[in-house]
Amino acid sequence: MTALRDILSQGAQMLLVLLLAPLLTGFVRKVKARLLRRRGPPLVQPYRDLVRLMRKDVVLADNASWLFRVIPYLMFAGTWVAASLVPTFGNGLLFSGTADLIAIIALLGSARFFQALAGMDVGTAFGGIGSSREVMIATLAEPAILITVFAVAMIAGSTQLSNVAEFMGSDAVGLRVSLGMAFVALTIVALAENARIPVDNPATHLELTMVHEAMVLEYSGRHLALIDLSSQLKLLLYVSLIACVFLPWGTATADASVATLAFGALLYFGKLAVLGFLLALFETSIAKMRVFRIPEFLGAALMLALLATLLRFVSGSL
Amino acid sequence: MGILDSIPHVHAVPSHRPWPRVVVAEAGWRAAVDELAAGRLTLLGLWGEPAVVHMALLDEAVAEIAVVTYECAAGSFPSVARHHPPALRLERTIHDLFGLTSTSADDVRPWLDHYVWDKSFPLGSRDAPREAVLYRFLPAEGEALHQVAVGPVHAGIIEPGHFRFTANGEHVVRLEQWLGYTHKGVESLLQGANLEAAAKLANRTSGDSAVAYAFAFARAAEAALDIEAPPHATHLRALMAELERLANHFGDIGAICNDASFALMHAQTGILRERCLRAADAAFGHRLMMDVIVPGGVVRDIAPDGIAALRTLLAEIDKVFPRLIELYDNTASLQDRTVTTGIVKTEYARQFGAGGYVGRASGRNFDARRMLAYAPYDRLSFEVPVLEAGDVNARVWIRIREVEQSVALIAQILDLMAPGEIMSALPAGHGECEGLAVTEAFRGDVLVWLRLDRELRVQRCHLRDASWFQWPLLETAIEGNIIADFPLCNKSFNCSYSGADL
Repeated sequence: MTALRDILSQGAQMLLVLLLAPLLTGFVRKVKARLLRRRGPPLVQPYRDLVRLMRKDVVLADNASWLFRVIPYLMFAGTWVAASLVPTFGNGLLFSGTADLIAIIALLGSARFFQALAGMDVGTAFGGIGSSREVMIATLAEPAILITVFAVAMIAGSTQLSNVAEFMGSDAVGLRVSLGMAFVALTIVALAENARIPVDNPATHLELTMVHEAMVLEYSGRHLALIDLSSQLKLLLYVSLIACVFLPWGTATADASVATLAFGALLYFGKLAVLGFLLALFETSIAKMRVFRIPEFLGAALMLALLATLLRFVSGSL
Repeated sequence: MGILDSIPHVHAVPSHRPWPRVVVAEAGWRAAVDELAAGRLTLLGLWGEPAVVHMALLDEAVAEIAVVTYECAAGSFPSVARHHPPALRLERTIHDLFGLTSTSADDVRPWLDHYVWDKSFPLGSRDAPREAVLYRFLPAEGEALHQVAVGPVHAGIIEPGHFRFTANGEHVVRLEQWLGYTHKGVESLLQGANLEAAAKLANRTSGDSAVAYAFAFARAAEAALDIEAPPHATHLRALMAELERLANHFGDIGAICNDASFALMHAQTGILRERCLRAADAAFGHRLMMDVIVPGGVVRDIAPDGIAALRTLLAEIDKVFPRLIELYDNTASLQDRTVTTGIVKTEYARQFGAGGYVGRASGRNFDARRMLAYAPYDRLSFEVPVLEAGDVNARVWIRIREVEQSVALIAQILDLMAPGEIMSALPAGHGECEGLAVTEAFRGDVLVWLRLDRELRVQRCHLRDASWFQWPLLETAIEGNIIADFPLCNKSFNCSYSGADL
């Protein structure tokens, strides 16, 4: 019975993130548009775009290799699995036992590796520029998030997200400086990883300034739809991650009743909305930074994460 | 005739107004080129006719202009570009259009001709077929250098142009532009057109500068015919010119910030730009105010409720714009992008005679409205802002200051304006005559030169956009910057493709 329940819970959350991801992107776009005094596209526009792309033919460059065609599926699979490892409204995910936070980072890292390869596959200048910038960002963002994970894991005593979330929701956690630092570090990394302003601009049409968009410039049709959906999943993943580690209130436990689960789901939507709104607000109020400022920005995340870990060593209560 | 003292000339052309045109032999031509190369004169324009080339020169010290004409007996003329690089693209254009070659030129690649025209040398008398040669970009050699080809089709909706970057990673070593994709043969179409049709064509050379072009064309035709537009008409012309400047500067300030992904400014200035266009529509019946200015005056007076619409516009700008300036100045992340990015050196701005905000942000104090004070600016008071820094930030600030000046100018004109005649009658017939005019468009000085025949038809007309002398400076501004900063630099120049490709 519990096995069935676990499978259902896991399945429901996997489906939920898939269905919810375009909505979050649509919501952020909508809020940004309203902040700019524009009406903005409807909330469901990302779904429509995905359907439209799915129906379109794929246009492939003559010299595209098999890798170029396979990579969208790899990226999507990796990101979806990673996203389904993050508790949304309920803890105690079935997959938690097999994959922890480090596995999530590894999954995302592989997805990125393949994406960078795809950027260079066709051999256009923009793809190469995009890949080189992406890898530069990754070399700084990945250590930062790993160390953030260590800091959080040392406090919670586990790298398994369900356990971490449960610990964070309990009274044992208290007010800790190191957690604050880890939070800021994770936020910076999340901005960089999701190609948001000030690191990249998800809405740009300037081919010379793009990072993420430059890598996927040659994709079309269902390939592009999968890549877009992966990006949307990744954004949802990071927002959920921040929510479940730093705003764990209301997340239902593994053996919760349906009512608590429903309450947890409602609260989860609320958290997404708040974080999505804050993201839109932040993006509206700041310009994109020069490419070579990005290392300083991510370096700050790395230092904060390192400090958080060190503080934890110095004193168990910080 | 101070400007012509040092240039030995054969004879002066009597029917050229308001500035003199002289025919020179090779010695005179070379003397003029030497003056340019020495920096004593500024090149205003270089254009051709089937058998002659004309060069417009400006002496900034005394605000005098002269045109020197060289008769190409053997289908060639001594190269100007060899000693004065700003003439390079103009010379290549003369070759493409007229088949006149410049002797001893270093660069003989075509400029406008991409080998897709029906005819080679469309304006010239020579009808030799041209052989298509692969366009070779200038080399940049070194280990780890690679090329990035951008355009002519871009990811956003902008005009077409090709940019070839040679870069070392992100660092740009060389940028070379290749334009000509929007060539539409304006000068061919102008030949033989009557004044009305020609004014329409001139109006459409570059859509964002419709008023400035119509203004310049009308002034050139009036100069040739030796008539003047009535005072009320000149007031209306200046109103339109300033409205056009306002709308474009608002658009540019927002677009520059948008290229740094600061969309907030873009949205706010977009509203102001739209208000300008609507006020223009209310006052002059067309958002871009096309086909209002014609030789002799303007075709219609300002609409009865136009003055009120303009006053409302000024009130709104006064209310909103200071807050936007503050937003620009106080957003550190934005300043970080614009300050010290894309610096145009002062000496280049001077050498190239760069007009508009490009020149004025790099210390070149030239504004046709002030230096060549044409009606009605000779009777209006305004300041010409000049900065020395030469970076993107300076070009933004010049625009901000010019917006303030334009607002003040519109208010002044509205106060001064008194109803009156709006058209001077054109003479029914006239001897062959030539006119030259320079007006200040939002991006710099527009030069129009024309020759009318006895039936007042255009025999030959040349339109020179300010962008001719700004595009090459963009190539120098990006050197040493990173590729990702190019869109920002480019937008801060906002050169015209259409105006320069003709």
